[in-house]
Amino acid sequence: MLKLPIYLDNNATTPMDPRVLEAMIPYFTEHFGNAASRNHPFGWQAEEAVDYAREQVAKLIGADPKEIIFTSGATEGDNLGIKGVYEMYASKGNHIITCTTEHKAVLDTCKHIERSGGEVTYLEVNPEGLIDLKELEAAIKPTTILIAIMYANNEIGVVQPVKEISTIARKHGVLFFTDGTQAVGKIPVDVNKDGIDIMAFTGHKMYGPKGVGALYVRRKNPRVKVTAQMDGGGHERGMRSGTLNVPGIVGFGKACELARLEMADDAARLSKLRDKLETALLQLEEAYVNGSREHRLPHVSNISFKYVEGEGLMMGFNKNIALSSGSACTSASLEPSYVLKALGLGDDLAHSSLRFGLGRFTTEEQIDYTIKAVSETVLKLREMSPLWEMFKEGIDLNSIEWAHH
Amino acid sequence: MAYSEKVIDHYNNPKNVGTLDKAKTNVGTGLVGAPECGDVMRLQIEVDDATGVITDAKFKTFGCGSAIASSSLATEWLKGKTVDQAVQIDNMDLVEELNLPPVKIHCSVLAEDAIKAAINDYRKKNGLEELVFEEKGVH
Repeated sequence: MLKLPIYLDNNATTPMDPRVLEAMIPYFTEHFGNAASRNHPFGWQAEEAVDYAREQVAKLIGADPKEIIFTSGATEGDNLGIKGVYEMYASKGNHIITCTTEHKAVLDTCKHIERSGGEVTYLEVNPEGLIDLKELEAAIKPTTILIAIMYANNEIGVVQPVKEISTIARKHGVLFFTDGTQAVGKIPVDVNKDGIDIMAFTGHKMYGPKGVGALYVRRKNPRVKVTAQMDGGGHERGMRSGTLNVPGIVGFGKACELARLEMADDAARLSKLRDKLETALLQLEEAYVNGSREHRLPHVSNISFKYVEGEGLMMGFNKNIALSSGSACTSASLEPSYVLKALGLGDDLAHSSLRFGLGRFTTEEQIDYTIKAVSETVLKLREMSPLWEMFKEGIDLNSIEWAHH
Repeated sequence: MAYSEKVIDHYNNPKNVGTLDKAKTNVGTGLVGAPECGDVMRLQIEVDDATGVITDAKFKTFGCGSAIASSSLATEWLKGKTVDQAVQIDNMDLVEELNLPPVKIHCSVLAEDAIKAAINDYRKKNGLEELVFEEKGVH
């Protein structure tokens, strides 16, 4: 039986796996202790649960449990990782290298650092969405303390050459931070093989609960430290104060364990479904995949349907299919996705894009339904589109003087 | 953001989608907006030269549901009105009728602009002076 509505916005958040919920429940009521209470069984139980979760999280990314700092999520992790390095290594330099397609949690953190006297270089990406390694190396200066490049992009799913980036960072004695939010739990991420020094990631993108995440902070070769961004009880080796969210952490740990065990099967199944969806939708005229198809997460596809507008398109089926668009018709700025624009897409193509994010609970039946609904709506809206009519008449849309407002 | 029933209805059953022959002297065409801004409207009117009454109106719109609904409703309102009456259509009337939220007001402004552009195109073709309108400046 096809169950509606269909959820294809798994890059925004994932549903929680029922097995995760099951693991969490006792820690709300029965085992409610504060993990920092060292003097009674309630505290011991909570601490034990946190220690176990820390191992589960560490194992997923090939880290030592001592290198895991629990946070409230990836935004906090991005802030703590980048600002924490900037402050801790201030005597070494003040220059950070990042790229234009990072998540706002990284970009806005970098803007904050610029306002407080730091220097940030924003690398451009090529039309595939990948940074240029030569440009990266050329951007390194004696004052560079950090390279912050995401593992995989949230809008287009493009995976950056992380190993190559870390090799360059090592060679120049620069720390490497990566926002692993979209990649961890979806594709194999190993902090040692990948040469990652600091990495932020979160539970709710991998079938865990919201409001809990982790910052990986390397302890040897090199030993990395970050300055705490919140003052308090000195939890998490002094890097992140605040009473630990024990049920959340237990759930996050369970989600990491499930991801480690099931990732390969999930990825194989989802890439097949994604490819089926993509192949079918590309049968439509003037439909284009945004970003690299080769270096990409297995469950993501971002497609522009030229001459129809993304939000209008979604309205055709958003009662039954949950997706997101690179169009920003609802925002006051009317600016479409900066990620798609960074690939060199014109605003018109950025406005015409849909992001499909498949997940563990996506079925083939749902994909078949989606193919049909999206195709029909594109055709219907093109019949209504003056731009499609002009295109069909062979009119060059660039030759028209549009009234920009 | 949830759409109003009326917007959804116009989106699902748009009125007067199509193209009039822009070569005819009694057809006025207004093309407003820009692809980069995410909305383009083309609105056309066909006028009875003898009476000045708009006998037919058609649109095609590239844009969100509110833009489609605004242009669909505008064509409904135009039919049967004289050109002079059509000039009076205000974007806020569209906002009210469609329950557009503040972020979608620009869609109604665009529809009003399209009406005015179509009327001026018609006037120009018929040797009349183009009307000068105040800038709404909402978008």
